[in-house]
Amino acid sequence: MDGAVGKGSRLPDAVLVVVAALVALPFVPLVLWAFAGEWRFPDLLPTAWSLRGMGYLFEPGGGVPGAAFNSLIIGVATAAASVAVGLPAGMAIGGYEWRFKGVVIFFILLPILVPPLASTMGVHVTFIRLGLADTLPGVFLVHLVPTVPYTALILAGVFAERTGELEEAARTLGASAWQAFLRVTLPGVLPGVAVAGLFAFLISWGQYVLTLLIGGGNVVTLPMLLFSAASGNDPVITSALALAFAVPAVLALVLALRVLKPGGRADLIGPGKV
Amino acid sequence: MGGRVKIALLLAPAVGVIGVLFAGGLGAAFVQSLGYMPAIGMNEWSLDAYRQVLSDGDFLDSLALTLYVSGVSTGLSTVLAVLAALALRRSGGRVSAVVFQLPITIPHLVAAVGIALVVAQTGLGARLAAALGLIGEPGDFPALLYDRYSVGIILTYVWKEVPFIALVVLASLRGVASELEEVARTLGAGAWQRFWYVVFPVISPSVVAASLLVFAFTFGAFEVPYLLGKSYPTMLPVMAYDEYREIDLAARPGAMAINVLIALITGAVAALYLRLAGDLGRRRG
Repeated sequence: MDGAVGKGSRLPDAVLVVVAALVALPFVPLVLWAFAGEWRFPDLLPTAWSLRGMGYLFEPGGGVPGAAFNSLIIGVATAAASVAVGLPAGMAIGGYEWRFKGVVIFFILLPILVPPLASTMGVHVTFIRLGLADTLPGVFLVHLVPTVPYTALILAGVFAERTGELEEAARTLGASAWQAFLRVTLPGVLPGVAVAGLFAFLISWGQYVLTLLIGGGNVVTLPMLLFSAASGNDPVITSALALAFAVPAVLALVLALRVLKPGGRADLIGPGKV
Repeated sequence: MGGRVKIALLLAPAVGVIGVLFAGGLGAAFVQSLGYMPAIGMNEWSLDAYRQVLSDGDFLDSLALTLYVSGVSTGLSTVLAVLAALALRRSGGRVSAVVFQLPITIPHLVAAVGIALVVAQTGLGARLAAALGLIGEPGDFPALLYDRYSVGIILTYVWKEVPFIALVVLASLRGVASELEEVARTLGAGAWQRFWYVVFPVISPSVVAASLLVFAFTFGAFEVPYLLGKSYPTMLPVMAYDEYREIDLAARPGAMAINVLIALITGAVAALYLRLAGDLGRRRG
């Protein structure tokens, strides 16, 4: 099957190496700088190493653990709520046929396609009036805007693949509708729920501008610290923060790849929403 | 419980969240763009903000820059992604999938910081150039950050979006019948002819759909141009944010008008994408 069109050359391997190198390229200076003690121009490698960057990350009184904690809390809450909201919607879209489905899908997709910057500035005044501006719950609420579309659509895909035969069998054996959902449907969609939750977490974890607008600088998350470091002039601190920000994302990817079967809907992940 | 009621109840939470926080927010932004903000004593409805914005040279410069950056980022990403996917279609799918997944997972800010440390005048690239004797001082290396051509922003977007488009292309390449390519080959078609007449017609709808997504995203994204862009002109989302942050609240309608225009443009691209995606879905059956 391989020889059909391919010339049996090593070209794909060489291309894969080049692509992998390009993907890895931005991480090279990040890792080197994070552990650099002294790295003057034009040295190719740091001339001295130090753990100053790592020390900054884990400094007990420092801002990083607190910011990481905020990011984590908001991310987990957003993921849980998006799954709770997206699961029934996914069930309706993937599991049933009804009128105006296309319109509803368009509506749910819209926040993925139209940047939520405009809508967030729009709700800001109302959030101020309701006392939600500058608070953790307020930030959590706006993080739902980019995450709910993803959980709903990923879960719609999961429900679309189910035929409903197992549920029917359970019903014939005397299970109630609720029992069939709890004992048959839910365990069946659990891997999809996990993937949807991970994506929602990743999207929330990577959010900068929504947190900035609604948190108003009072809700400090990791990207806030990274942004102010990157605007400053200390590559050691900036790189250490960038790695601390990227590592959980990569871990979530590894987890998701374990759950997701190869060839899953890559197009659902969207163009770098994180 | 009737079927229609059940569907409505299942949809209610998601539609409610998006309806209030997204559609409601857009509506509020639109109302404010018309100059109606009773909270600060502005009770008149008018189109002044739009008139002002659309005749403002700053806005037009911003619009041109935004179109340029998203256009070039999208075009470059698409071409590179198709080339990479074609080269990799027969190699181990799992490995290339993991390699491509990585940049999709990395937050844009991290990508921007990493790219900046590669292309800055004291960055990895400049150090390599110095080691090769091409430059002496950091200043000899071309300025690729905060620059006229927004090279840093475009490179960050290309790094982030090529893998996304490539994964879409790899998926749609599975629909290309290799028998057909083989027939074309026996009939004497060259590599380019086989691509153009056999492969391209199959993958082009997905490629166009993925590019539209990337264009809409890069058009409305804030972080990367805020970090790596020059201070004038700024890309539209940055301009809207700066206007919004103005202490003078009279600038609010202007900021909201820019927002509404961004939403309209990306919304039009979105509608185009959904139409294409819908056609794709129907063709797949």
